[in-house]
Amino acid sequence: MLVVACVKQVPDTTQVKVDPVTGTLIREGVPFIMNPYDTHALEESLRLKDKYGFRVAVISMGPPTAEVTLRKTQALGADEAILLSDRAFGGADTLATSMVLAEAVRKLAEKEELAIIMCGRQTIDGDTAQVGPGIASRLGCSQLTLVDRIEEVDVKNKQVKVRRKLEGRHEIVVAPLPAMIAVLREINNPRYPTVPMRLMAEDADIALWDNKEMNIDEQTIGLKGSATQVRKIFSPERTKGQILGDETDKPEDVARSLIDKMKEKDLLSL
Amino acid sequence: MTSDVIAFIVVFAAAILFFSWSCYRRFGLVLKGRPDNRFDAVHKRFWNMLFYAFGQRRVVSKPFGINHFVLFWAFMVLLIANAEFLLNGLAPDVISYSRLPDGAYFTLACIFDIVSVLALLSVILAVIRRLTFPPPHTEARSRDAFIILGMVGFLMIAFFGMHASEIARGTERAADYMFISNFGASIIPSGASVGSLETAANVFWWIHAVVLLSFLNYLPYSKHMHVLASIPNCFFKSLEKIKTQSREEFARENTFGVGQVEQFPWKGLFDSYACTECGRCSDVCPATFTGKPLEPRLLIHDIKVNLLKNGPGDGGEVLPLIGGDGEGSVSEEVLWECTTCGACMEVCPVFIEHVPRIVDMRRNLVEMKAKFPEELLTLFENMEQRSNPWGIAPAERTKWAADINVQPFEAGKTEYLFYIGCAGAFDARNRHTTLSVVKILDAGGVSWGTLGRDELCCGESLRRLGNEYVFDNMARENIKMFEEKGIKKIITQCPHCYSTLKNDYKQYGADLEVVHHTEFINSLIKEGKLKLNASGDLGNVVFHDSCYLGRYNLIYDAPRQVVAAATGKAPTEMERNRDKAFCCGAGGGRMWMEEHEGTLINVARVEEALEKKAETICVCCPYCMTMFDDGLKDKDAAEEVRVLDLAEIVAKALSE
Repeated sequence: MLVVACVKQVPDTTQVKVDPVTGTLIREGVPFIMNPYDTHALEESLRLKDKYGFRVAVISMGPPTAEVTLRKTQALGADEAILLSDRAFGGADTLATSMVLAEAVRKLAEKEELAIIMCGRQTIDGDTAQVGPGIASRLGCSQLTLVDRIEEVDVKNKQVKVRRKLEGRHEIVVAPLPAMIAVLREINNPRYPTVPMRLMAEDADIALWDNKEMNIDEQTIGLKGSATQVRKIFSPERTKGQILGDETDKPEDVARSLIDKMKEKDLLSL
Repeated sequence: MTSDVIAFIVVFAAAILFFSWSCYRRFGLVLKGRPDNRFDAVHKRFWNMLFYAFGQRRVVSKPFGINHFVLFWAFMVLLIANAEFLLNGLAPDVISYSRLPDGAYFTLACIFDIVSVLALLSVILAVIRRLTFPPPHTEARSRDAFIILGMVGFLMIAFFGMHASEIARGTERAADYMFISNFGASIIPSGASVGSLETAANVFWWIHAVVLLSFLNYLPYSKHMHVLASIPNCFFKSLEKIKTQSREEFARENTFGVGQVEQFPWKGLFDSYACTECGRCSDVCPATFTGKPLEPRLLIHDIKVNLLKNGPGDGGEVLPLIGGDGEGSVSEEVLWECTTCGACMEVCPVFIEHVPRIVDMRRNLVEMKAKFPEELLTLFENMEQRSNPWGIAPAERTKWAADINVQPFEAGKTEYLFYIGCAGAFDARNRHTTLSVVKILDAGGVSWGTLGRDELCCGESLRRLGNEYVFDNMARENIKMFEEKGIKKIITQCPHCYSTLKNDYKQYGADLEVVHHTEFINSLIKEGKLKLNASGDLGNVVFHDSCYLGRYNLIYDAPRQVVAAATGKAPTEMERNRDKAFCCGAGGGRMWMEEHEGTLINVARVEEALEKKAETICVCCPYCMTMFDDGLKDKDAAEEVRVLDLAEIVAKALSE
């Protein structure tokens, strides 16, 4: 059976600065990384491979440079990596993105029985957490979000049991396969690539699917298929706090004055 | 030919054949190791052998080493005596040193007699030591140790018995010069018949022969293989001080690091034969000292046991090298406990190379198995993605200079690159050191610049932790940048950056003049470029040697001279100092790991400094700074004792 892991190459947002004049993101010189949430989705997919012998295919929509990220997934043990790249896909919002990803999953599922689509909870650049559910809606499959543990995949009865982390409680859900699972970061600790795997990945084949290959209605993808229009990007005004004391103060005194302040503001009423 | 001679020829032939076969089998295993050229500069190697093996240079640095020295040289002299003894046994009528002219014969007889008693005395002393005040490790009192001492003792007693009987019989013409044997003869009852004396001499002769040949055959099967291997091991010793690890070639068909014993270079295997388990390495190891399972002596012993178990087979591993917990296997935790401080290699009398073997095995864990303590995952990712151990955004590299004006390095205009290092750039405490270095450089009128945000981590911790693949990429990237920017001269404030840029990058052909701030400041002072007002404000300044400055790069005097110039007084030495200095606990990538076993290394070192009534502890390394700061907090002494980098001490003394 097949697990499709969806990954995205994102700018390392801790290194992104907003241009104070134009209000746009300064992307020059900012390194790209695999979306941290997706590293956990990939790891979970690889664990299903180890446990159930599933095959792991990784898909990523992005510019040709996203190939680097896909190579990394191969070094970690993914069986197949496909880059979905076409000018027509550019400028997509979450709606149009999930259109392309869903179509890619559908194509993969034609050849092999699909068990799970694994996504990270969200990306660190868009932070919407909409793409995973979007794929599930488009494919009409089970949708399991906020998953912090996969209890069991029951291959015979074609169902999966997961634990979802909700506010203040957990929820155990059983859903029929195929299912889209969006994972939280606490689900696992991603593995580290071995050197032989890295070297293998250096010249592994990364398939490229453009829209000729995918053949999706151009009105539903890219900028044209996006329902979101960006008016303006800006850093929210930060109301600066006040620094109390200085670094020479004893930690105990700092803690005490902090507690006093919190009491004063009624933040400690239990 | 008498029946005695025939019997001896048979015994001798059997013994020599068995000994040759044993040596062939045991030393043949060494050839299974990877190639390692130790036959270059034969000249220099020969001198090393004379100096360290025959001169016993390192052995005698400890009191009981003198005992070993006596025994060693007694052996050397008696080698001649015993060669004669054996040949004489084979052909009594042809070979005998008694056929020499009187003068030569008497001299030799006298020498052998005295040397034999010296050997006997040193054996007795060794036995007494093992019984009454043994070295800390239990193997010193092993069966092996007593068997070999017993054999040597017996050999000497048989020697004297044989000669005493002959003197008493009146057949020894050198009797007057063989003082000890002569004394032995004097205590033989005067009524003893000639026949019984002849029998006694004969019996002692046979005891001597059998013990001698047994001794020879016992060697290859005991830790006393040392007797055969240690002299050549001094010949094969690394010509340079070991201050780096070997490179790896990242080709697809290769395996990385050492996961099976025959993947070690052959010298690593030979090392294990040269070891006699004296335990000096363990005595100085910070991990052993603080009660952790790592003992360098056992590590080398395990390599030997593993080789003897796995070597004779055809590649299949009978006993795992890494991961097992019995004799002959090295556990993973042991490998991660090493701080690479190099104290073990510094004291080893036969130049065993412990640290490279540990890194070899770490490489296997990291590169082939991706198995390492979980703290390291974050470190590895941070280094690869953001080129610093903390994973802080590279844009923050210049934050330390927020309030000062720092020029970028420009080829042709700037002489020195001041390579700040990750700790100097990101760590709040160590930023003060960086600022002090800047103050000194400016006061000394030095032309310097930085790489600003473009500076990358040198990758030191990765290399010591066995993540050679990522280190290799980082080294290439740095060297490329240095070349592109025309950087030739570099000042560092971190001994780890220093040693890496200087020694490790040299393997990549980097042509850099790297200088640590301690040396640089010292030369500025000597050239009269810094005006210092020595004051006693800092109280009693205790100096701590950083491993990567001292043992690795032999910088011992410069920092001491600088402290003297800046405070008006030579620093106070700790009990263990200079080449014997005790590590702070942060080297070898240990900076980024927790200490799960035993007591804390940094606390042990802080206690040593406190014993010397330290008011200021002077360090020259950002890691040492952190370790001492933490250790002082643990000892509740952070209020009374401060830790300062050498640069901070100098900056304080600079006249405004």
